[in-house]
Amino acid sequence: MAELVLQIENLHKKFKDVEVLKGVDMSLATGDVVSIIGSSGSGKTTLLRCVNMLEEFHEGRILIDGEEIGYSGPQHKARKESEIARQRAMTGMVFQQFNLFPHMTVQRNVTLGLTKVKKLPVEEANSMADKWLARVGLQDRRDHYPGQLSGGQQQRVAIARAVAMNPKVMLFDEVTSALDPELVNEVLSVIKDLATEGMTMLLVTHEMKFAFEVSDRVVFMNQGRIEEEGPPEELFRKPKSQRLAEFLKSSKF
Amino acid sequence: MGYTLNFGAVWRDFDLLLAGLALGLGMAIVSILIGCVIGLVAAFAMISKQGWLRRIAGTYVTVIRNSPPLVLILLAYFALPQVLGMRIGKLEAFIGTLAIYAGAYLTEVFRGALLALPGGLREAGLAIGLTERQTKAYVIVPVMVRNALPALSNNFISLFKDTSLAAAIAVPELTFYARQINVHSFRVVETWLVASLMYVAACYLIAAGLRQLEQRLAIPR
Amino acid sequence: MMELTEFFVQLWIARWAVLKGLGITAFISLLAIVLGTLLGIGVGLVLTYGGRVSRLVARIFVDYVRGTPVFVLVLASFYLLSEVGVHLTAFQAGLFALTIFCSTHVGENARGALMSLPRGQMEAGKAIGLTFPEIFIYVLAPQALRQALPTWVNTATEIVKASTLLSVIGVAELLLTAKEIIARNFLTLEFYLFAGLLFFLINFAIERGGRYVERRVALPN
Repeated sequence: MAELVLQIENLHKKFKDVEVLKGVDMSLATGDVVSIIGSSGSGKTTLLRCVNMLEEFHEGRILIDGEEIGYSGPQHKARKESEIARQRAMTGMVFQQFNLFPHMTVQRNVTLGLTKVKKLPVEEANSMADKWLARVGLQDRRDHYPGQLSGGQQQRVAIARAVAMNPKVMLFDEVTSALDPELVNEVLSVIKDLATEGMTMLLVTHEMKFAFEVSDRVVFMNQGRIEEEGPPEELFRKPKSQRLAEFLKSSKF
Repeated sequence: MGYTLNFGAVWRDFDLLLAGLALGLGMAIVSILIGCVIGLVAAFAMISKQGWLRRIAGTYVTVIRNSPPLVLILLAYFALPQVLGMRIGKLEAFIGTLAIYAGAYLTEVFRGALLALPGGLREAGLAIGLTERQTKAYVIVPVMVRNALPALSNNFISLFKDTSLAAAIAVPELTFYARQINVHSFRVVETWLVASLMYVAACYLIAAGLRQLEQRLAIPR
Repeated sequence: MMELTEFFVQLWIARWAVLKGLGITAFISLLAIVLGTLLGIGVGLVLTYGGRVSRLVARIFVDYVRGTPVFVLVLASFYLLSEVGVHLTAFQAGLFALTIFCSTHVGENARGALMSLPRGQMEAGKAIGLTFPEIFIYVLAPQALRQALPTWVNTATEIVKASTLLSVIGVAELLLTAKEIIARNFLTLEFYLFAGLLFFLINFAIERGGRYVERRVALPN
């Protein structure tokens, strides 16, 4: 049986008094590509952000390679900030708004984590960065600044920045939603390549066609719970739940 | 009127005026550096989640900004030694007060720059595994300082003009010497014309220089 | 460190002097703000709508005054005006300096506010047949006033703070009064703090009042 890279057990999260995640269970084995779909407010982005502790949660466990993320022990005691930072390096996140560091060159954006978190020497970090920038097709832009790049180019750099850290799981948070339509494909094809090469990925996305093509499994979330889960052919072609059917219809898939 | 312009008295002591101008500039630089440290700390305190930090920083800003700097200077130079039981040098008292005065204004500058940052910047830093401290140091503060540069420049020029207040406690800066020359030579028009021209010219040059700096440090787009 | 009872005793003894000093501070500040604002609006109008030459003159005036520290303006007014044959009391010289200072700030503020109005406002006014004065009164000024209010409130507090500089030329305002009291009873810390507190309260009240007015005149959106 393949190793379970990511395990989410009975995850509950509250924003003030509103419970936005009501007991979510999920597991990913190495190389799994899982897409999470659902309408806004379903909790899908919150779920993703819990995995790298950008959001806190008050009940449940998240494990990466068997290590409990963010908290430890039966009392759900929060870990020290430095530990959480180290654990975050085990995941890579790509944001909807790219969030590149505007004051650093493209290459420095990628090497910052390598030098400050992984403590690699500068030459090694630079050559790793160049390798990944070449993979996303932007090695000739490495001395440019984010403000000089298009949205699609910025997002590809963001992917390189995350992947260069050699994470165990890649988290994609609606990474094409802020892009002009003609720039979406260049990003999707990079993600597709990564998936083919065996990267473990959890994607929150609106791009139904893409989710259908690239995923091993699709998860439909509704109101803080996983409503349905399964291989893309099943979920998209033969939805079992009423709400999923409605959702797919309104998404014109 | 029968007043003939005679700049002789002023030219004779021009080196004093220049020395005073240089001292003023030096005091302004030291004060703004210290003031920036205070301002950065207080700005972060004002957006902190801890209520008591916010309140302390907010009180500091409100009280200092609404108080006349001359009163603060007199308090520092005359009253503080009484409290501490030891004498404080004029220069130290003035620079310290000016730094605290500047800090209150700079807090607002930095706070504004912090609030103008794109929200995802901090998270992007955290997501690659940087600690909060590292994220602040490598990501947040560099971007914020660039955003704050225009306002920082304005504050520096104001601060430079405020160094004239040092004359009130007999620190030998430009205004102090101008007053001396005025009283000794009775050449009122010439003295104050030259003194004010020196300030105006200095402010103009500083502003031009800072504009250059802004352009140099700007992020290419 | 602080002898509170002794302070209150001394304060009671000096109560009339304090009230008089407070009154002078309030009076001269108010007068300077009013006169300076009137003059400043004129300056602002010239800067925005004036012909080439008048704009240049106004620009030089504003830039020169703003490049000069207030303290230098006060001292220069005091020494200069008596020399030029105009016999002014310290009060009048100080008022003159503060008024000029205020007018340049108000002038810049007015210019900024007027220029920030969309061009279309003037054109819309013309299109319905209004003359320039009418457009100014009914269309431009109301909008510009709202825009300029926060900065103007800040200018007012700056005038109050600058009024303390008049103590150096002998105007019997609050700070000089405090100094005289201290010379008699040596309660340096107590009375400087007291003076600072009063100034703070005045400016704090102005700030609060300003915010109230801002809210009242704000356009619904």
